[in-house]
Formats: sequence, C-alpha cells, structure tokens
Amino acid sequence: MLLGLLEPTSGSIRLFGQDFIRDRFSVLGRMNFSSPYVDLPQRLTVRENLMVYAKMYGVFKPRDRVAEVASSFRLKALLDRRMRKLSSGQKTRASLAKAMINNPQFLLLDEPTASLDPDTTAWIRDLLGQYRKERGTTILFASHDMREVELLCDEALLMRQGKLVVKGSPKSLVEKFERDTLEEVFLQVNREDAP
Amino acid sequence: MTVHSDSSLNRISALFIRYFYLLRSSWPRIIEIAYWPTMQMVVWGFVSKHFAPSSPELTAGGLLISVVLIWDTLFRSHISYTLAFLEEMWSRNLGNLFVAPLRPWELILSLSSISMIRTLIGMVPAALLAIPFFGVSVFDMGMPLAFFFFNLVLTGWAISQFVTAILIRYGLGAESLSWVLPFLIAPFSCIYYPLSTLPEWMRRIAEFLPTTYVFEGMRALLLDGVWRKDLLLQAFGLNLVYLTIGVVTFLFSFRIARKHGLLLQSGE
Repeated sequence: MLLGLLEPTSGSIRLFGQDFIRDRFSVLGRMNFSSPYVDLPQRLTVRENLMVYAKMYGVFKPRDRVAEVASSFRLKALLDRRMRKLSSGQKTRASLAKAMINNPQFLLLDEPTASLDPDTTAWIRDLLGQYRKERGTTILFASHDMREVELLCDEALLMRQGKLVVKGSPKSLVEKFERDTLEEVFLQVNREDAP
Repeated sequence: MTVHSDSSLNRISALFIRYFYLLRSSWPRIIEIAYWPTMQMVVWGFVSKHFAPSSPELTAGGLLISVVLIWDTLFRSHISYTLAFLEEMWSRNLGNLFVAPLRPWELILSLSSISMIRTLIGMVPAALLAIPFFGVSVFDMGMPLAFFFFNLVLTGWAISQFVTAILIRYGLGAESLSWVLPFLIAPFSCIYYPLSTLPEWMRRIAEFLPTTYVFEGMRALLLDGVWRKDLLLQAFGLNLVYLTIGVVTFLFSFRIARKHGLLLQSGE
C-alpha cells in the first residue's frame, strides 16, 4: 500500500503531507524500495539498470550518480556485468544501489540483507544507518531478523496475520514483555495474544 | 544532494533506453526480428510467382507480396509491444516500474516507441530484399505506403492494449494470447481477397475493422492505380476508436490489479 501497488479498502495514507492514495505520483519520486521478490532485468548490466532508474527518477547527472552509488555499494568492478551473472548477494547490493539512486527521503526495504554474508550484512547495516543519519531519511524496514531490527530501528512494529499487535522502540518492547531480546518478544507475540 | 527533474520525457526515454539496451544485448534477437518477415516474404514471393500466369488479379503489381508484408506490419507492431511488456513480467521488474513515478500512459508511450523501432527493423530488410528477389518494391506505392503502414501499426497497438490488459489482470497464464489474438481478425481483414468474397455476416464484421479498409485501399492502388483516401480515413477513424477503447481497458485493468494487489503477483 505504501508503494502504491495495492489500493487500501479503507483509511488514508499521507506522505510528505500529501494524500498518497489520490495522488501517489507526486510523492513516488521521493521514495524508493528494494525487495528480494522483485528483480532488476537480468539481461542488462548493473550499469545499464542503474542508468535506466537514474533517468526514470529524473536524477540530474545520472552517470555521476551511478558512479556514486556503485562506489557506496562496492559495485564498481561489477558495473559492466549482466545481472544474471551476479551472485545473490551481489544482486541484493545492486538492488539496494537502485533503491538509493534518487537519494530517497523515504526508503522501503524488504529483507534488505537476505542472502548476504555476515560481513556484508554488517557493512550494509552500517551504510544504512549512516545514510539515515546524514540525510534524515525515513527507512521502513521489513525483516524477520530481530537482531537486525534491534540494531537498526528506532521504532519496531510487530504484526501478526496482517494486524499490528504492538509497537515501540526495540528496547521498550523488550522491557514491556520482560524478555532479554526482541526475538523473544517476537516469538511471544506470534504465539499468544499480546498483553 | 541529488537534483531531480519530474519530467514525463525522462521516464519515457528511460524505459525506451531499457528496451534498447535489451535489444542490443543480443544480436540473435535483432536477427530474429528481421528473420520472420523475410521468410514470409520469400515463401509468399514464390507462391505469387507460381500463381502469376493463372491468377494475375492476385499477383498484379506485386499485390500478394505487398499485402503479406503489410499484414506482417500489424503482427510485428503488436508482438513487439507485447513482448516488451512481457519482458518486464518475465524479469519480475514490474514492481520496480510501478513504484517509480512512471504513469501508465508513459509506459504505453515507451512500449509504442520501441514497438515502432522493432517493427521497422523487421519490415525494412524484408521489403528491401523483395526488390532483388522478386522485382517487387513496396516503396513504389510512395506516400500511401506510409499511411497503410502507420494504420496497421496503430491496429497492432490497439490489440496490444487488450492483450496487456489481460496480462496485467491474469498474469503470465494468459501469455499465449499475445501470439494468437491478432489472427482472430485475419479472416475478416480481407488481406488476400476483396471484401466482396466474404459472406454477408462476415462482411458486416469486416466493415468494423480498420484492416479491411487498409487492404481494400491497397488493392485499389495496386490493381486500379487509385489512391482511395476515403478508405484510409475510415481505417484511421476506426483505429482511433479501438486504440482509445484499448487504452481505457488497459488503465481499467491496471486499476483492478492495484485494487487486488496483482501487480506483484504476475506469475503463472
């Protein structure tokens, strides 16, 4: 719904002060997203894909921006390689680079570190944290990795069967449920009714 | 700070470039585009040669080869448009496109632009080869050729609107429609025979097809040397009607797909 791919049956969505349901196109250019369930065209190279999306989002000096995100995501050596020849971790990095191509003010990331090795996961996590701090970007982050949520998020929303069960900072949720980790909170929330 | 420009032209050209990259990434694809029209031309060229002594009304002025090439224009423009759309479904890229600020009408214009390029890549070599092979030049028709060509391109795009509307609603399970739907109108289009050949009930349907007027117009030009502008105008008018209905159908289907969350579930 927050991407405009599904129309809500009720309620409203306001993004950047605008009614997203009525006029999503005015704000979509300020957002971006990455998901393991959506691919970039496999026959195109990483550079071609990034150029297409840089132009699509109307980025000024697209070549420079492509070079910038390629450098940020350690993709420089892979720029002229076709997507289909990348490993799944490299694909994830390319997809994240695409998600950053327009310097979004609102970034939606679905399992952004899925299929990455622990070293790259930590590095991506730092990169996202730094990006958020520098740009003041809001990142909405869907993850089943509660450790990652604890490390990266100011606020967590735990859902069960599509319904919001509880929300708060990871620390406050741990305290509220009298658990040691957010993962334990997650398990409790998914196994029984929340207090 | 990255500076952005919110321009339709940017988005249309971005998508056009995406299809151009795809095209240039594989030389067999480029050859394939020209391969089928050329094979059609060669086969029908020999058929035309065979029937020339006994059926001059079928082959005079290179009629048979010309109508085969022009009919193929419709199929090429349609399939080029639909294949470009299918590429997005096959590569699971629709999600990325629809969360970008790309308007559906911009997608339609991008697909139409690449379809035009692919149709020209397919048709021009076949038309050129018909000259040394069979001594038939469709270019001898002059300006009317451009009108015949453009009208059939429009018909191809109109059909594509309906096919992509179905694809967006029902996913890749409906893929085979892309290949078969244009042939549904072939018997009514009077490609190889005049309208008068059809039985009454078929004639009534044929009169609602732009293709009928294009091929009647071609026959009038190649057999009688008369350029029937009235027929071309009728074809153009009908094309505008079908294209409008097609675009509305696509936009409606897109809206339904958004309502039911089908835009990310476009698999089989």
